Amino acid sequence: MSHPSGHAPVVEMTGITIEFPGVKALDSVSFRLFPGEVHALMGENGAGKSTLIKALTGVYQIAAGTVNIDGKAVRITGTDAAQKAGISTVYQEVNLCGNLSVAENIMLGHEPRFGPFISWRALKAQAATFLARLHLDIDPSSKLSEHSIAVQQLCAIARSTVVQAKVLILDEPTSSLQQAEVDELFAVIRELRDQGVAILFVSHFLDQIYEISDRITVLRNGSFIGEYMVSDLPRLQLIEKMIGRSGAELEKIDKTSERRDPQQDATPIYQAAGLGKFGKVENVDITVHPGEIVGLAGLLGSGRTETARLMAGVDRPEHGETSLRGKPTPINDPKTALKNNIVYSSEDRKKEGIIGDLTVRENIALALQSLRGVWRPIPKAELDTIVERYLTALRIYPANPNMLIRNLSGGNQQKVLLARWLATQPELLILDEPTRGIDIGAKADIQRLVVEQAREGMGFVFISSEFEEVLRVSDRVLIFKDRVITDDLDNAEHTLTSTDILHAIAALTDAKPRDAAQPATHATVTKEHNA
Amino acid sequence: MTTSPVQRIVGAVWHHRLFWPVVALIVLLLACQINSPGFLSIDVRNGALFGQPIDILRTAATPLLLALGMALVIATAGIDLSVGAVMAISLAVSLTYLQGSASAGEVPTVMAAVALGIGVALLCGMFNGFLVSVLGIQPFIATMILMVAGRGIAMLITQAQITTVTSAPFKFIGSGSVFGLPTPVVIAAVVFVIVAVIVRRTALGMMLESIGINREASRLAGVNSRGITWFAYALAGVLAGLAGIVYGAPTMAADANNIGLMKEMDAIMCVVLGGTLLSGGKFYLSGTVIGALILTTIERAVIIFHLPSQITPLFKAIVIIAVCIAQSPELRTWLHKAGGRMRTKTPPSAPSTTASTSSADDPRKEVAVS
Repeated sequence: MSHPSGHAPVVEMTGITIEFPGVKALDSVSFRLFPGEVHALMGENGAGKSTLIKALTGVYQIAAGTVNIDGKAVRITGTDAAQKAGISTVYQEVNLCGNLSVAENIMLGHEPRFGPFISWRALKAQAATFLARLHLDIDPSSKLSEHSIAVQQLCAIARSTVVQAKVLILDEPTSSLQQAEVDELFAVIRELRDQGVAILFVSHFLDQIYEISDRITVLRNGSFIGEYMVSDLPRLQLIEKMIGRSGAELEKIDKTSERRDPQQDATPIYQAAGLGKFGKVENVDITVHPGEIVGLAGLLGSGRTETARLMAGVDRPEHGETSLRGKPTPINDPKTALKNNIVYSSEDRKKEGIIGDLTVRENIALALQSLRGVWRPIPKAELDTIVERYLTALRIYPANPNMLIRNLSGGNQQKVLLARWLATQPELLILDEPTRGIDIGAKADIQRLVVEQAREGMGFVFISSEFEEVLRVSDRVLIFKDRVITDDLDNAEHTLTSTDILHAIAALTDAKPRDAAQPATHATVTKEHNA
Repeated sequence: MTTSPVQRIVGAVWHHRLFWPVVALIVLLLACQINSPGFLSIDVRNGALFGQPIDILRTAATPLLLALGMALVIATAGIDLSVGAVMAISLAVSLTYLQGSASAGEVPTVMAAVALGIGVALLCGMFNGFLVSVLGIQPFIATMILMVAGRGIAMLITQAQITTVTSAPFKFIGSGSVFGLPTPVVIAAVVFVIVAVIVRRTALGMMLESIGINREASRLAGVNSRGITWFAYALAGVLAGLAGIVYGAPTMAADANNIGLMKEMDAIMCVVLGGTLLSGGKFYLSGTVIGALILTTIERAVIIFHLPSQITPLFKAIVIIAVCIAQSPELRTWLHKAGGRMRTKTPPSAPSTTASTSSADDPRKEVAVS
């Protein structure tokens, strides 16, 4: 859907800079929004998408730059100012009141009054008209929490139309919806678009972006990368722009890791069939052999972390069978996983990794101690040996076991956590973004360690947003997209390139998340794994 | 790096987390000594020690017993409001058993009575632990149930009477003496050692702290947080039961309405005065002992100073506020900066090395303070 030149944008943000103490969250970003158009804001996590939205909705104050609405310069001082300017936002999490009725939620803050009193009859009638506009056939006096998340999401949109929004911001509205509900939502979005509303749409699902949007703005690391018409921007290019490297550039990686010999014919350490949890991942089949490093690649929210969490029992799987060394063993909590020699290193180091106020020594001991039980403390000499070994082997700095872990740098915290998991002598170590936010030296140390341990027979699942890194260590790469595994690429000879992964992710899948039992086939993607 | 050993020792003492609580205790004791000469003297009568300090130790036994259990519960980022009521329940159970027994004066009967009282207290603790660790009810609310209902239970047991018994062995628990020291002091000391050994010689202490600092990370590391939290509440219950018996033994009267009234607040105070944060995590048993001593000395000082007893709470509050302010990390940073500025003014060549060296030498200590 193109626009006649001269069609004025309803929102025009120019040179927007937002600073947090010590960081520039947005650096001179420009953004335009045209009436009657769905505009997707794309970028990786931390690219500045939500910051930009919050600048527009008045949550953050703008340090530099101008915002024009309908051609007039405005200063958005707060969320109410944004609403007055006709900007409505529906956030990722439904933030309505579940214990109030649908009508009350829709009309909240705009209740028709009779003197000082609320006119309930008028309120219900008005709410009904807003619902009807979205073809939502529900009783306005029913309680909101009785309805599905999708309907609640639509109610939130109905609420945003009460203020006659010129601009509707939808931040990840589909993340908790099933395919049929997504279709329903998209029908509503198209209708609003045709009524002339400018819609800003944020989603991690590429297929959805290409289905609904007309225009795409890409951000990366707080900077503006470009604005494109969807028709001019193939998926591959979009991904390249989001992660900031061209496929050719990505190929220039050193293939330092030596050929190892994963014991493909041995009994798998871990085998799962149909593993899944509603709203997280669907029907994941995954097998890890001794000495094998299985890489999980995909965009954020594609299901790679969710899969790792199910494998390690951090989240309880709702369906699927797991067997360990050929023996069926359900893994429903981290303790069971630990007892069965499976450990998971979370991507969220701070919240789910370190125990900040404990020492490095205690942090290393924690999982091993849990394994042995509270009443059987690890003998001091034994623990000293373990701690000493890992401080040296992982080059943890400072090598002071009595230091509080929170005083270490991120990279060293990560190494201490690796030491914690390795000390339990696991058979399967699941690493979720083990090198995120750490310096290059620590990164190399960790990659080296993974390869070394694999050579000794430990199985690995390796997740990273950096494809080079996944390729450098993995023997096999599973491609995740929209909560399912869409491909399984062989990398035993380290012949895969980042371009292959990009292609695999960008490949159009017919499979919808709900019914993707069999992996999709693509002409573009090269090797099929033959194990 | 150029600080002399003396400076380092002074620094270590100054930065020790017990510095201000100990100062407060010493100041209180000295103030009493000045106001009433002979306050600190101890003499031996009939082979037992007598004197105000000994009396303070005896009185401190009850809050200390409660506070040791409370410290473990607080370490898990919880709280136990029911300990006062549990004191009343256990004493009521013990005395009612003795009252109904034909041989109340015999040692085995008394031992059975004590075991029964503590057993019921254990059940109370298990109940709290169940609500918190299994049902996931907020500790404040979960333990408030027994705080309120507990006294009713105690009333039921005593049938709303003040149960009184005469039993020499039972009385001995509260007012006898062992090796010249009052029995409660010996009991509290033994319990302190047992708890310290359980907590620090096994992995329990580390796991309690780990749960209190970061519950989710602990869960991912396989820590049995349910079992450990449950254990902390159960132990707090047992110690509260013991405290009730020690507290009620001298009078041998179970007044369900008044035994242990507001004692949960005293226990929390002792723990906090000892440097443990209510937000959970690191906890300090030795600090808790100092806390119990401060609390008891304050109560004694009110008498020594001939202050009207109505203002005891006010006096308590003032001392506690003073100690808490002295321990406040903000104030310490501020003082440190002010001190550093003054020091840099006089010898401009010596920047504030003390801060950096002390943190490099012993980061644990530094953090415990800040």
